[in-house]
Amino acid sequence: MTTHDKRIPQTAPIQSATFTNPINAEIRRAAATGIYDIRGGGAKRKVPHFDDLLFLGASISRYPLEGYREKCDTRVTLGTRFAKNPIELDIPVTIAGMSFGALSAQAKEALGRGASAAGTSTTTGDGGMTDEERGHSTKLVYQYLPSRYGMNPDDLRRADAIEIVVGQGAKPGGGGMLLGQKISDRVAEMRTLPKGIDQRSACRHPDWTGPDDLEIKILELREITGWQVPIYVKVGGTRPYYDTALAVKAGADVVVLDGMQGGTAATQDVFIEHVGLPTLACIRPAVRALQDMGMHREVQLVVSGGIRSGADVAKALALGADAVAIGTAALIALGDNDPKWESEYQKLGTTTGAYDDWHEGRDPAGITTQDPELAARLDPVEAGRRLRNYLKVMTLEAQTIARACGHNHLHNLEPEDLCALTMEAAAMAQVPLAGTDWYPGKPGTGY
Amino acid sequence: MQSFDLASQSLRDLNATLQASSAQTNATQWEILNPRGAHAIAVGLDAPIEVTVRGSTGYYCAGMNKQAHVHITGSAGPGVAENMMSGTVIIDGDASQYAGATGRGGLLVIRGNASSRCGISMKGIDIVVEGNIGHMSAFMGQAGNLVVCGDAGDALGDSLYEARLFVRGSVKSLGADCIEKEMRPEHLEILRDLLARAGVDARPEEFRRYGSARKLYNFDIDNAAEY
Repeated sequence: MTTHDKRIPQTAPIQSATFTNPINAEIRRAAATGIYDIRGGGAKRKVPHFDDLLFLGASISRYPLEGYREKCDTRVTLGTRFAKNPIELDIPVTIAGMSFGALSAQAKEALGRGASAAGTSTTTGDGGMTDEERGHSTKLVYQYLPSRYGMNPDDLRRADAIEIVVGQGAKPGGGGMLLGQKISDRVAEMRTLPKGIDQRSACRHPDWTGPDDLEIKILELREITGWQVPIYVKVGGTRPYYDTALAVKAGADVVVLDGMQGGTAATQDVFIEHVGLPTLACIRPAVRALQDMGMHREVQLVVSGGIRSGADVAKALALGADAVAIGTAALIALGDNDPKWESEYQKLGTTTGAYDDWHEGRDPAGITTQDPELAARLDPVEAGRRLRNYLKVMTLEAQTIARACGHNHLHNLEPEDLCALTMEAAAMAQVPLAGTDWYPGKPGTGY
Repeated sequence: MQSFDLASQSLRDLNATLQASSAQTNATQWEILNPRGAHAIAVGLDAPIEVTVRGSTGYYCAGMNKQAHVHITGSAGPGVAENMMSGTVIIDGDASQYAGATGRGGLLVIRGNASSRCGISMKGIDIVVEGNIGHMSAFMGQAGNLVVCGDAGDALGDSLYEARLFVRGSVKSLGADCIEKEMRPEHLEILRDLLARAGVDARPEEFRRYGSARKLYNFDIDNAAEY
């Protein structure tokens, strides 16, 4: 209690752990506007992640490879199951799907340039394929989404792979959203919709439901493209064992699994923060599904959602993934949330590192915008170079770890190379708690 | 006429052969025998050829069609002419779900009835159904015309954008943001042309027009109940 008698010691004001200042601010914002908060990016809440894992370097029981001398291969081939032309990548880090519309044309070009220079693929998004991104991407994955915005057989045939998007980690079970502020003439034309309206994308595909239909849809796409290119199936992380198994049953060449830290251009904050699984919790069940079907390494697994460094890459691969995809990290490498724009972030009511109103189209860095003046701030050549550098650093980091663990290919990393710092991470990754040989749920332990 | 028998030849060979047709080909007429409900027949075509499927088809017959004229003498399974770009697809019988889904151009004619979600997310295709259509047809329809000579099921045109809907019979219910609109002379002209091209004997004046109220185009809290 408090008293106005200054002679008596005062009770210190105590902030509620439940009704925090950010929570209260959101209540006031909702009360004032009547609409839920929409933002870009992935889950910001703290969840068990790759930081909760450590590698066990080589010692007497294993010997390391000589750093800088002994080779550690990084190449990966995606789509070896049915496609006549699988995708050959120099590094196991790909660029995740992001649309022209959500991103500026300059940003899409920069992604293509950077990925191509690093020997990897980039991916279209909900809005179709532009000539610029096709031209600047040596390997381009074409997303096949519920909206089918911009979908046509000519672009389908000039893609290097097709990714059927069932869901994404930021909003598994939800549809897309591109608000009117970003619907320029060109974006509107590509999507066959009036300029300036909010563009909602359906959460389900318009012409199939369920795994049996998906199998037939994959057949149709293969028939249209002559069985030339791999077909990926992308799912948001919710039921990774069954979703992976069903995608494989339906005929996927590659399964892309996106955890809740994976970003989106725009959706409800409540969706981003409260639906889906952390990336760490997705990998082992998906790998187990592949192993149970005898398809591990036959159908490749690409994991995304919060991949930031070569350590994250190495950990995802050690848990059984064949490759990873990055989205948010790639945008940061291009220049998103750069401190040099701090004064402009302040004007927008935010700060460097926290800017996530990507849907409003006022990105000071010129990346998540369709405003010509803002978009012109991003030099696609320079930004592409930064992305290339970042991808190469990630690869070098992952190689460093793999060599230290005694592996001559990143794919030789294995769960036995890892331990966990927390019980939660041990349970999700199914690797021993550090200093023990046990993890929660380990078969035969009774726990 | 070239003949292709799916009882003895493979689907892959069929589609590869038809897809290899060019605008200059002499083999402009094809018939496909024994389709027996097979999926993905005559998909991805891109030449002004005439393909007659003698029987009924499974999923996605004539998917992503460009230029070709495909005639199905039986009924069609789900997703017939999905994402069609141009050309013509005619079905003598009925069509299952999602007929003409996301179609961007061309003309789809269904002599019988069409099931649910006919014209879902249509983006410029013209669809003429001589019979009735099922629920949620033209859901999120963006552009093009859907003509229904019979009755329409529940939630017609839900979350409609700019597609035009013409119905001669009854409409069980309209979906969110879909309203009846005035039939003006230019709409009668569009309808007359569509009926003529589809070979349907009906008077445009017997139809009513439905379209988007455009209340959901930009979020408004007062329309939240419609979402």
